[in-house]
Amino acid sequence: MKLLDSLETPRRSSASDPIISVSGLSKTYASGFQALGNVDLDIRRGEIFALLGPNGAGKTSLISIICGIVNPSTGRVLADGHDIVRDYRAARTIIGLVPQELTTDAFETVWATVNFSRGLFGKPRNPAYIEKILKDLSLWEKKDSKIMTLSGGMKRRVMIAKALSHEPKILFLDEPTAGVDVELRRDMWEMVRRLRESGVTIILTTHYIEEAEEMADRIGVISKGEIILVEDKDVLMQKLGKKQLTLHLQSPLRALPPDLRSDNLLLSEDGSELVYTFDTQSDETGIAGLLRALSKHGIDFKDLQTKESSLEEIFVSLVRGRP
Amino acid sequence: MNVYAIKAIYLFEMARTWRTLMQSIASPVLSTSLYFIVFGAAIGSRMASIEGVSYGAFIVPGLIMLSILTESISNASFGIYMPKFTGTIYELLSAPISALETVIGYVGAAATKSIIIGTIILITARLFVDFSIEHPFWMITFLILTSITFSLFGFIIGIWADSFQKLQVVPLMIVTPLAFLGGSFYSISMLPPFWQKVALFNPVVYLVSGFRWSFYGVADVDVGVSLGMTFLFLLACLAGVWWIFRTGYRIKA
Repeated sequence: MKLLDSLETPRRSSASDPIISVSGLSKTYASGFQALGNVDLDIRRGEIFALLGPNGAGKTSLISIICGIVNPSTGRVLADGHDIVRDYRAARTIIGLVPQELTTDAFETVWATVNFSRGLFGKPRNPAYIEKILKDLSLWEKKDSKIMTLSGGMKRRVMIAKALSHEPKILFLDEPTAGVDVELRRDMWEMVRRLRESGVTIILTTHYIEEAEEMADRIGVISKGEIILVEDKDVLMQKLGKKQLTLHLQSPLRALPPDLRSDNLLLSEDGSELVYTFDTQSDETGIAGLLRALSKHGIDFKDLQTKESSLEEIFVSLVRGRP
Repeated sequence: MNVYAIKAIYLFEMARTWRTLMQSIASPVLSTSLYFIVFGAAIGSRMASIEGVSYGAFIVPGLIMLSILTESISNASFGIYMPKFTGTIYELLSAPISALETVIGYVGAAATKSIIIGTIILITARLFVDFSIEHPFWMITFLILTSITFSLFGFIIGIWADSFQKLQVVPLMIVTPLAFLGGSFYSISMLPPFWQKVALFNPVVYLVSGFRWSFYGVADVDVGVSLGMTFLFLLACLAGVWWIFRTGYRIKA
């Protein structure tokens, strides 16, 4: 059955199909370096998908293959049902890419370069649409400026304008906020959300966990060329999230009573705080037992708080191979 | 056929030409004028006519060829090398365009520029010397074919080059000597017999000879051979470009 499914091409795309379907993708460069090994990944229509991973994990290789900049070694990718190799025209027409590096033509004007991109992707001129993009990206006043006169943040936006110039259904943002100041980063997030509302599927790679946490619907973690996890952000946070209970003690403790000693319970150096780590998913969190034990020993506390682990902490533990 | 993409690339490249008008059009015209003053007027006035053509007029086709060869190569190679150098080639690679469309855009623009330069030099030359064109149709055919062929050749160099130095080395070290030794300024029949044979291995000889024939009806080699050789170079360059895109040589990992 499975075999038959894979033979049945070309497939009709429907709203429930993934907009991008990567299967068995691997890439070994001429140098012998294996950047990707057998990657399977589905991107849902209309979502914001964040691909997280340390440097050299294969994020850019994966994006470059989907966008046609790098040839895959094995495997295949469908973009809205179109094979990216055999049916590259249809596939590429619906994809926009904002690469990581700020690469622009220094001597061109903003207006010329964005219109050039639209033509390159096979669309007739549409000045009204380009005007709208430039206004959305606050670039309209700079439309006649040469790109080399713009600031780094503006150049980044010019590259986004180029990627959007042909009205893509899928937008890849490779490290969109690398080297961008905080204010601009917020603007960028706002813009990405607006794009999603207009129906564009967005795949972004990032180093900033904060960014994924803030924006993504789903998160994929890539490490050493393999996708080690794909999960809804909320589920991921819940599933792998550890909570910490901090108790501020009435009077400092010199040491924990022997029967309370465990890996989950730590006493701060000055003895004024107890930190208890527990798993939000397990049925028995152990909090009640802990509190009973404390009162049995006559340890009072004046305040308590709980804290959920951030995505960053989850991510670090995943990549180190300790879920 | 992605016509919009061809148009976009073509216009982008032509815009670069107009933006750098001095460097792209004025300088070849200036250097050619200097050749006319030195070789045509100063030295040429003391030289006997060659096969019934005054020396000043004799060098006109060779000078035009010389400019077309160097300009085609430098324009086409620079045009494709720059996106590789700055990294903007990512856009070209991710666009829904075929190899053929890319080549038509880049090579078409480079060849157009060469044809414009050739025409301007032709007009400039008319200010210095008197000449006629016996076979205008063939003159234009040779002009266009050579411009396209050497723009293709330049395109290949631009893909091959991974430094500015390499970009310069082929035009400077190979093409310029071949052009000078290819009978631009003399008839190869003026050479000793041994060197006449050697000269036949120089592809530029066929181009210059055919082009000169279209002006004055005199040629070093048969015009049919010239035309055949021109087509042969065109095919060789097309094959090179085809191979580059098939293998992704130096543009795609």
